Amino acid sequence: MSTKTLYDKLWDQHLVKQRDDGSALIYIDLQLLHEVTSPQAFEGLRMANRKPWRISGNLATPDHNVPTTKNERREGVNGIADPVSKIQVVTLDENCDEFGITEFNMMDERQGIVHVVGPEQGATLPGMTVVCGDSHTSTHGAFGALAHGIGTSEVEHVLATQCLVQKKNKNMLVRVDGELSPYVSAKDVVLAIIGEIGTAGGTGYVIEFGGTGIQSLSMEGRMTVCNMAIEAGARVGLIAVDQTTIDYVEGRPYAPKGEQWDQAVEAWKDLVSDEGAHFDNVVVLKAEDIKPQVTWGTSPEMVIAIDQAIPRSEDQTDPVLKEGYARAWKYMGLEGKSVLADITLDRVFIGSCTNSRIEDLRIAAEVVKGRQVAESLKQAIVVPGSGLVKAQAEAEGLDEIFTQAGLEWREPGCSMCLAMNADKLGNGEHCASTSNRNFEGRQGFGGRTHLVSPAMAAAAAIAGHFVDVNELVKH
Amino acid sequence: MRAFTQHQGIVAPLDLANVDTDMIIPKQFLKSIKRTGFGKNLFDELRYEDEGQPDQECTGRPLREDFVLNQAKYAGSSVLLARRNFGCGSSREHAPWALDDYGFRVVIAPSFADIFFNNCFKNGLLPIQLSEENVEQLFQEVANEDGYALSIDLEAQTVTTQSGTSFSFDVDDFRKHCLLNGLDDIGLTLQDQDAIKSYEAERQQSAPWLFVNKG
Repeated sequence: MSTKTLYDKLWDQHLVKQRDDGSALIYIDLQLLHEVTSPQAFEGLRMANRKPWRISGNLATPDHNVPTTKNERREGVNGIADPVSKIQVVTLDENCDEFGITEFNMMDERQGIVHVVGPEQGATLPGMTVVCGDSHTSTHGAFGALAHGIGTSEVEHVLATQCLVQKKNKNMLVRVDGELSPYVSAKDVVLAIIGEIGTAGGTGYVIEFGGTGIQSLSMEGRMTVCNMAIEAGARVGLIAVDQTTIDYVEGRPYAPKGEQWDQAVEAWKDLVSDEGAHFDNVVVLKAEDIKPQVTWGTSPEMVIAIDQAIPRSEDQTDPVLKEGYARAWKYMGLEGKSVLADITLDRVFIGSCTNSRIEDLRIAAEVVKGRQVAESLKQAIVVPGSGLVKAQAEAEGLDEIFTQAGLEWREPGCSMCLAMNADKLGNGEHCASTSNRNFEGRQGFGGRTHLVSPAMAAAAAIAGHFVDVNELVKH
Repeated sequence: MRAFTQHQGIVAPLDLANVDTDMIIPKQFLKSIKRTGFGKNLFDELRYEDEGQPDQECTGRPLREDFVLNQAKYAGSSVLLARRNFGCGSSREHAPWALDDYGFRVVIAPSFADIFFNNCFKNGLLPIQLSEENVEQLFQEVANEDGYALSIDLEAQTVTTQSGTSFSFDVDDFRKHCLLNGLDDIGLTLQDQDAIKSYEAERQQSAPWLFVNKG
């Protein structure tokens, strides 16, 4: 029998039909829905007079547009001040009602960012295929699930058929060998990987992350790594199933119970790449070499370690890179600056589907505990990933640590990651952000985003500028 | 879906690499629940000097004169030429909707991000991948000639310049077939509904935990 990668196995298990033209019909176990990319899909169903193929194969929650302040949240959807946002959230509620799809609406404690909610509920399980009209669906690959973002036409396609027409991708292995240094987190690992292979390095591939540097991560950390596979160009990130995966899933509301649990665990143990399986590309990083990372430009690949100088356009040889760096320097307002500490920060954002889980909040709280946010900052906000993460954090007293240090404690949602709600950057403002994209205008018109880990964002909030968190906690 | 067979149109050169879908259509416009009307906000932040708002009238907004779509010689362009990794980032299908709504039928670049590339085919928009060298040559030719146009033939898989130079490109058979005939791929998939049902029945036996009801 030939050896297979984890991706090969997941593909084979979900193959409904191989067509002569090279395309394949792949079965989708779970579709997550949110308010932004689903309204046109539901409308399409209605116009074609179609019904969802399998209602239980879907789970919905509003996240992108929802306000994060207590006042606006108190009245649920009626409290949304922005009328356009409100229509979108109401539309999701109505569509889920009409088609009978389970939705955690704004008043439900289980509401949150889809990529936090799915795993938290055990809706995401090892060995599944998971899709969502959101590129960060790669997050769920942390469970050894084949998960990727799709456009709205495909959301409609999955609603109507529970399948997608796909072509198989190539296999890439990114191995991180060794042990990570203190305060070097999953976020630093994935940013370092993107810095190494570039934002298009994974295009056309499914990336499996492996090695001791990955295996030692918690499920929260693994989700952070897979979440940003798309930032390396790969729609899918994957991590093999091990005991850490199984322990996380056990006891979750939608996870199998009793005899089915034992049967499932037995099946999940095979969700690893076979010894000697073929990868079309292999990239190896040493965990010890990875330092806390900060992006300086307008693409996630424009990233350096905290102690490195900001790279200059004139030092680049590739003309496209030269042009890109010059444009990024101008947009980010870096003239006259040479190191990251020279950048004065205006805001700090801790949250997003990349870094809003309990472990992220714990480490950020550990860094700010007993310290005060720099007076020069306009704002520092912490936005938990779901109502349940929020409740857990409050039970541990993290909210008080944050507010005492001068950070705002918010209600769950996507928030300032993409600024579809009221949380956004002003023109020209610099932000230390635990989100996933530093594109021009991403966090607000003219806003300047620097991607970092939760610990580094917390340290930046205290210092008012970027600083190695290891240095900060020494004092 | 509208079919795509052949197209001839004026080329707009967007000399940028890593054009992301946030750039193509910024987030505030994703609040729409429709598929149309995004064209006036295509490349909003590159195109206008002020911050655009949903449902805002765009005539009269201050333009960034140096942006390619604001230059008179590229008026009416329907072929967009760009650099590598076009369409990276967010999966928003609003990006091809906006390009289509503006009037683009073809995007040519040395490489595309996977999700954007796939989304184009669902909307009658043809993304064409040519080599870095060929794209560079096209950029140079556009710069030297006003009203520069290209002819695209999907059946023949060729891009042809006015001087007669032809470049061939690859396209998947399935995607080509759907685009040439303007086929609704949900309808095509439903022709295989027996295969889907039998797959489901087998999985319900072998992996019943995948079929839990989410009450």
